[in-house]
Amino acid sequence: MDAIQVQGVSKSYGAQQVLTDIDLAVPAGTVFGLLGPNGAGKTTLVRILATLVRPDAGRASVVGHDVVTSAFEVRQKISLTGQYAAVDELQTGRENLVMVGRLRRLGRSAASRRADALLERFDLAEAGRKLVKTYSGGMRRRLDLAMSLVTSPPVIFLDEPTTGLDPRSRQQMWAFVRELADAGSTIFLTTQYLEEADQLADRIMLIDRGVAVADGTAESLKVRVGGERVSLSFASPAAVALAVADLDPVASTATSVTVATNGTAAEVRELLDRMDKIGATVDKVAVHRPTLDDVFFALTGGGPR
Amino acid sequence: MTSAYWAVDNSLAMIGRSLRISARNVEALLMAVMLPIMLMLIFVYIFGGAINSGTAYVNYVVPGIIILCAGFGASTTAVSVTHDMVGGLIDRIRSMPVVSSAVLTGHVVASVVRNLVAMALVIGVGLLVGWRPAAGVTDWLAAIGFLALFMLSISWLAACLGLLVRTVDAAGGATFAITFLPYVSSAFVPVDTLPSWLRGVAEHQPITPIVETTRGLLMGTPIGSSWWIALLWFGGITLVAFSWAAVLFRRRTA
Repeated sequence: MDAIQVQGVSKSYGAQQVLTDIDLAVPAGTVFGLLGPNGAGKTTLVRILATLVRPDAGRASVVGHDVVTSAFEVRQKISLTGQYAAVDELQTGRENLVMVGRLRRLGRSAASRRADALLERFDLAEAGRKLVKTYSGGMRRRLDLAMSLVTSPPVIFLDEPTTGLDPRSRQQMWAFVRELADAGSTIFLTTQYLEEADQLADRIMLIDRGVAVADGTAESLKVRVGGERVSLSFASPAAVALAVADLDPVASTATSVTVATNGTAAEVRELLDRMDKIGATVDKVAVHRPTLDDVFFALTGGGPR
Repeated sequence: MTSAYWAVDNSLAMIGRSLRISARNVEALLMAVMLPIMLMLIFVYIFGGAINSGTAYVNYVVPGIIILCAGFGASTTAVSVTHDMVGGLIDRIRSMPVVSSAVLTGHVVASVVRNLVAMALVIGVGLLVGWRPAAGVTDWLAAIGFLALFMLSISWLAACLGLLVRTVDAAGGATFAITFLPYVSSAFVPVDTLPSWLRGVAEHQPITPIVETTRGLLMGTPIGSSWWIALLWFGGITLVAFSWAAVLFRRRTA
């Protein structure tokens, strides 16, 4: 059964089209990764699914409840961890958790017990009695996630859960997300980090400027871009321009051009000879297997913006 | 447990939150404590000598200062509502099965409590600098109840303004009218000392009947029709601000 279904959802703000005809389905108990650059429309889609924004067109449902007509039922089944840690600076970690527990109708004493258990689990037991304004970024995110899990909802929305975190905190968040997935929660995750989607998501949808450009498993997306790649770095933009004109690149940046290869020395040598012939001096050569980055740049049209 | 029970419990949780945050917001707290004291001293010792109100000026001005402080309190309330709206917490709460008014109720109740504390300070400092009220126990209770209703209505108005603006900075400015109106009323000078065009404004704006009722209850001056005009203003402001806030809260950010 699908925990989340989206059919033909569009949304615009004024003249700006934010989402265009998005279709997706997330089977219950899986992790879905919505991957895209800043401004791609990821947060808007999460906000629609979390009943905060109405779509202009199309339908969306969470655990069978329509997000527009049955918003209250949807809210009982979800939790939302937004892009910015939604915590009260002037309350302690524990007070933040108890507050959410009471809003979630646990009652005062059950909310207190739950708060203590979550502080323990998220490695905040000692910090729990301190004001959140003294917390580090990683601690805030952990508290933020803990606040989303006060009542263990079946569907969890995580909007860019690791943006701005240091590598160790990121690893820690990933471990928590995996734990939740193992426990059977359906997780809808947005991220601008390809590695994060690769690490966590069962299925990935790539969106760019509100349009879904690809979806599938990380592996199937990598296959779409083909086999191995060779990247040539050039010293000058002029050389890049020459190379782009001469080759059939799968991606290019201001300083490099990437083309498909079979990975053999012969083919790389031939490529370098060809560059010599057209007068484009190659600085460096790198051969690599496709990553989601390649998929991303290939499908969203060219290099990073 | 009925949904009404949980609506009350949700509101209590949010009232507790807003009170805790108020008590820990050191700058706002200091302002709330210092302001009534400074205003009292400025009006009594600096302006008071030059103003002829027909009685010792301190006996005239205390109700005005209580209301002026409540106006500044409203600006704190608007700022904290806007702060919640621009932070992520509101999105979290709006995505939960929670009565949406609980957040605003928390702010409003905390605002009334803060204002009552400021009022107690004004009264205390007033007594120290020579204010001699003529009120009996019932008059005092009536005055406090009356002022609490006033604080409730301007707190809802402040919450509403806090929802209306988009930035925390704008929230302070939006409450400008509430902090300014007392000056164009009978709060600090008798209305008949104003130029005639301004007198019309002063007599028909809500602060004058509120001040006159408070002064009547505490000092024994005539109240006349002021009390019910003031109550009508309270009712009207609360009703409009409450309904408008409910609409804004649902629509905001959608």
